[in-house]
Amino acid sequence: MKIIVCIKQVPDAREVRLDPETNTLAREGVESIMNPYDQHALEAGVSLKERCGGEVTVISMGPPQAEAVLRQAISCGADQALLVSDRSFAGADTWATSYTLAQAITHAGEFDLIICGKQAIDGDTAQVGPGLAMRLGIPYATCIQKIRSADEETIVFERMMDDGYDVLQSGYPLLMTVVKDINEPRVPSLRGKMKAKKAEIKILSAEDIEADPACIGLPGSPTQVVKVFPPEPRGARAILTGDIDEQVEQLVEKLKPYLV
Amino acid sequence: MLKIDEKLCIGCGICEEQCPFSSIEVVDGIAVVGDACTLCGACVEVCEVEALAIDDGGKVVRDDLDSWSGVWVFCEFTHGQPASVALELLGIGRTLAEARGVKLSAVLLGHMTGDCADRLIGHGADIVYRIDNPGLELFSDDIYEKILSELILEHKPEIVLAGATAIGRSFIPGVATTVDAGLTADCTKLAIREDDGVLLQTRPAFGGNIMATIVCTHSRPQMATVRPKVMKERAFDGERTGTIFDVTPSARQLTSRIKVLESVTAAQAKVNIQESDILVSGGRGLDNEKGFELIARLAEALGGNVSASRAVVDAGWIPYPHQVGQTGKTVAPKLYIACGISGAIQHVAGMQSSETIVAINRDADAPIFNVADFGIVGDLNEVIPKLIAKIEEKRGS
Repeated sequence: MKIIVCIKQVPDAREVRLDPETNTLAREGVESIMNPYDQHALEAGVSLKERCGGEVTVISMGPPQAEAVLRQAISCGADQALLVSDRSFAGADTWATSYTLAQAITHAGEFDLIICGKQAIDGDTAQVGPGLAMRLGIPYATCIQKIRSADEETIVFERMMDDGYDVLQSGYPLLMTVVKDINEPRVPSLRGKMKAKKAEIKILSAEDIEADPACIGLPGSPTQVVKVFPPEPRGARAILTGDIDEQVEQLVEKLKPYLV
Repeated sequence: MLKIDEKLCIGCGICEEQCPFSSIEVVDGIAVVGDACTLCGACVEVCEVEALAIDDGGKVVRDDLDSWSGVWVFCEFTHGQPASVALELLGIGRTLAEARGVKLSAVLLGHMTGDCADRLIGHGADIVYRIDNPGLELFSDDIYEKILSELILEHKPEIVLAGATAIGRSFIPGVATTVDAGLTADCTKLAIREDDGVLLQTRPAFGGNIMATIVCTHSRPQMATVRPKVMKERAFDGERTGTIFDVTPSARQLTSRIKVLESVTAAQAKVNIQESDILVSGGRGLDNEKGFELIARLAEALGGNVSASRAVVDAGWIPYPHQVGQTGKTVAPKLYIACGISGAIQHVAGMQSSETIVAINRDADAPIFNVADFGIVGDLNEVIPKLIAKIEEKRGS
């Protein structure tokens, strides 16, 4: 089975905080990491390969530094890696990103299954996976929490819904996005790390993937950010005073309207 | 590209400080842009000497922008009723439609929808496109995508809104790709820009650390998903009138390449925290799983439900359907009591619209107090039992 896993390098949003004094992002020491959902996508791809045979190709669109997450993916069991990188991709929204990835994947050859993380933690849009599938003309399912069975012909899996889950069955080709419940990503082995060190990461430019300049980067993005600002502060920050009994007394007094 | 006018730049470094991606550096008194630039525009906004500008490289403008008109709301219909977010969308949709002087339409997809179309009119719709078919009983990306995309291309609305639910976040990106539209996910605020009638779409980005306002000036429709419980629905007005168009889907539209074998409603999801008026929420400060017994007792005393922060869901102390925050559910109860929750921005993003927020935490510096209306600094194991006793006392009297 030919499996493609899409991964993104993101700043570790868990570490990003607002500086309360300047109201800017305190970003010192913020590391670039593999998008956490993509780690689960990779694990899903590698374990499917181990079960059904085949190969896993990881693909990432990003600046040259994104090579680091592709090497990490190889250390965790991916067979080969492609970096889609070009200054002209900058400013791409999800529309332009899914176009670019679709061009790169078409360029890379045949595939059976594409696996993506549910969303990236920097943008949280969850739009690139479905957009990519539409451009490639293949069916997709999002938020997969479990693969029940898979062979060369058919795959059965569970899609997380707001109030439970659906059990779905599909043939190939197929694109799926996964949530964290699907698996526990493995830690790279020593052999994997050695392999990752030596691996050649192929870099594809806009020209290599025959991208239409009007469809990539900022020109190819229908959405445009016009304003960026810190979230509005809420709340009065009223910390009650006195000993605990007095505070509880005051609080219950304040909560009276809710005690019916 | 980000253009820096070297003649205007005074090397003050404000842009360097503001860049969320550490991609600007002042070198020899001039700002220099690096590879990590995403063209977010944060620097352009703050530059006092207007030395920075974003060059969009000549975007192509659709030549038929004016022929797209009207505001549409996708109405999700599952388990025999419309999703509450659909009614909320009609509320904001009405406001947008009136600002634009156009009609508000609802698209209702489902099976055995009963009087739902009339309800949508009562809640603000002028027109309802009803597609009621047994083939739509269970959600399918393929089927929903084809039907909505083709309706959009036929009627050409200028704005299309949908709920940022599991269903909306799944098939709406597919629709946007088919109809070649820009799509903004998880909006928390929508408004019409006065100068040109464009939809201003505001959403949290970067895990809620920054808010971004996004527009689609060059293409139509302008599409957005909106988080549940952010917009307000309008009161039902039985006097309102509107038109219902029944649309029959074709056999081609009703075929899916992915088969739904079964749809399972999870027992643990039976309590929907988004529908609760009072939530008592537990976090890392509970120390262990047992702490939720205390949370449950307080919730019971108040007649509310239990929710949680991501940390304790990740730790396996309570299942995911209870999670509040950026990657969980957005809630807006009348009363939200955060117990032992530090208040990371991702959590706050999911509960800040609550009417009253109470925080109980032993760390006086915890950011949760910044959004709290009332805060108690103290040990949960001491505070909560006392709180329960006091509440019961008040109720008894």
